[in-house]
Amino acid sequence: MGLKGKTQDFNIMRGEGEDAKLESFSIELDEGMVVLDCVHRIQHEQQPDLAVRWNCKAGKCGSCSAEINGRPRLMCMTRMSDVVEETPEGQAIEIRPMKAFPHVKDLVTDVSWNYDVAQRIKPINGPETMDWEFNQMEADRVQQFRECIECFLCVNTCHVLRDHALFDDFAGPRNLVRLAQYEMHPLDTEDRIPEIKKEFGVEYCNITRCCTEVCPAGIQITDDAIIQLKERVVDRYYDPLQRIWRTITRQNVRY
Amino acid sequence: MEYTVRHLLKEGDRVTGCVAYTRVDGDFHAFSAKSVILATGGITRCWSVCSGSWEYTGDGHALALWAGAELRDMEFVQFHPTGMVWPPSVRGILVTEGVRGEGGRLTNSEGDRFMFNYVPEMFAGDHAETIEESDQWVEEVVSGKLATVRRPPELLTRDVVAKAINSEVKAGRGSPHGGAFLDISHRGEEAILKKLPSMHHQFKELAGVDISKEPMEVGPTAHYVMGGVRVNAETQESNVPGLFACGEVASGLHGANRLGGNSLSDLITFGKRAGEHAAKRAEDLAQPGIEDTQVQSAIEIMLAPLNREGGENPGLIYDEMRDMMQAKVGIIRTKEEMTEAMADLLAFNKRQEACFPGSSRKYNSGWHQALDLKNMVDVSTAATLAALTREESRGGHTRDDFPGEIEAWGKILNIIYMEDGEIKIRQEDVEPMREDLSEAITEVKTMIAERAAEQAGGGN
Repeated sequence: MGLKGKTQDFNIMRGEGEDAKLESFSIELDEGMVVLDCVHRIQHEQQPDLAVRWNCKAGKCGSCSAEINGRPRLMCMTRMSDVVEETPEGQAIEIRPMKAFPHVKDLVTDVSWNYDVAQRIKPINGPETMDWEFNQMEADRVQQFRECIECFLCVNTCHVLRDHALFDDFAGPRNLVRLAQYEMHPLDTEDRIPEIKKEFGVEYCNITRCCTEVCPAGIQITDDAIIQLKERVVDRYYDPLQRIWRTITRQNVRY
Repeated sequence: MEYTVRHLLKEGDRVTGCVAYTRVDGDFHAFSAKSVILATGGITRCWSVCSGSWEYTGDGHALALWAGAELRDMEFVQFHPTGMVWPPSVRGILVTEGVRGEGGRLTNSEGDRFMFNYVPEMFAGDHAETIEESDQWVEEVVSGKLATVRRPPELLTRDVVAKAINSEVKAGRGSPHGGAFLDISHRGEEAILKKLPSMHHQFKELAGVDISKEPMEVGPTAHYVMGGVRVNAETQESNVPGLFACGEVASGLHGANRLGGNSLSDLITFGKRAGEHAAKRAEDLAQPGIEDTQVQSAIEIMLAPLNREGGENPGLIYDEMRDMMQAKVGIIRTKEEMTEAMADLLAFNKRQEACFPGSSRKYNSGWHQALDLKNMVDVSTAATLAALTREESRGGHTRDDFPGEIEAWGKILNIIYMEDGEIKIRQEDVEPMREDLSEAITEVKTMIAERAAEQAGGGN
């Protein structure tokens, strides 16, 4: 089914704060459009001051996160052919800003909380000498975490934040990925386990895998990052045998 | 976060700071600075098919021009041969040169490896002449050996490949969406996923094409401007004291045609130099004051679009202007079309002065566009004026009415400057190369020639 010439209705969030509400727009589609193209067409032809944050149009910069028909996605990577197909005939396509973050205007939200949390994470502390080596497998293990484009769709989806607003007690999936990336780095010597348990609240996550499901970079956030961190916390705090062993061998670790 | 600088503050000749707005709130901020470094990238958003993001609107080029700095080489715009052509949402997005480096084959709709027919005289004999020779080169290089045969013609300079694709499309031998086919599938899925993972992902997600099984469609895309702020090569300072530039916004390093990979080394080397010299200058200066009248007038200019009663949507002007530049100041240029473009730009300038983005300052995309239109008009004018003046073809600048290089033009620079609010052009002689540098180049060339002779002699 071709898109060209089809008239499509949209309901897009407009306005700021309490006054924000869905407004209806209608445009003619072209072949091969993505959702962001439609938003731009509305902005260029009808609503010059429509606010939308975007940059690369190739799923690399993570700027154009939104909720399309209720599903958190990147607008630049969501093809209209798919959205038209999933939307019941005669119904408008709904585009809302990410719900979990403070609303700025229209489709733009303030995601700076994520950067503040990132600032509190201890950076990698590596060896000073250059004579190290590590196995390729160890490099491969953290490689996927570097694919993160910081679109924060995972944070927006996580019910600990979206529904329970525990922004003060929980670091959110994106920053747990960052913590995993540092903790699993083969040369890192820093210890972040007490913070991961307390300040960053890894135990709030109950592994519903919603974050993994919405990740446009395909990172196995839950299985490969969060569960790994949870296991490290369990080893440190809840495994009596390990605790005894550490006492016998006089390993000095923080709790 | 998300500041956009719109004005450079001056005291006499020197730059003393800048005035910016924030995109989110539309607040205004004035900064006092002993040195200012422009690192704003390029101007390729002025063309409708481009590889740059929305930021490439030439604001740094324009800020410099407005502040009295000179621009040079603005006619040299590089069109990268391989941008995506389909779907329209991704038209122009870059397909890395790495695809051809890994053995990618360019073919037309008739299945011909057309690049064999487009080797320019100056590169004659440097490239493979048969498919077998090309394949052997790829095989040797990807397995980490030193190549014993010549490289495939697909790896000719960017302007040559871009023009070849352009010609094939014009001759009716293009791909379904107006490009050429680029095929890497013969390298096999495993190698492609290992060496070109992001290209595989990009085509799969954006175009629904599996490049390990089928060819891509590619075509030229505006990618880089060799021209920019004229700077001192040692310090990266412009002719305006205190104003430095580095990266794509600066000029001089890449001449008429940048080679792939050289932008990165440019950034690393000259970004460092700009930083060092800007810091050194700042050491000896007192913090400059901020002159209120300059700030107020900058703010007034920024607010103007919001205070109008009504007018055109800036987004429409933006789209139409980019289409115009694509059509009239594109890969192949003529006097006739560029003269039209100069007149069109005057009209676009009038239109942007009367556009209306609504009256809100808060994250108003149309207002941001309205402000960008002014710099886009000015840098487009600079590029067109320089291109119209250079009556020869060289590097990234191709004139249909003046094919081929003209020796005399090779020694002349086009300098763009602003006088009484008007963009003007004058010529200057190219500075002769420093002796130690030309000696170093001769040395390297001799070395390469010797090595080639050694290899041709049996390679034992």
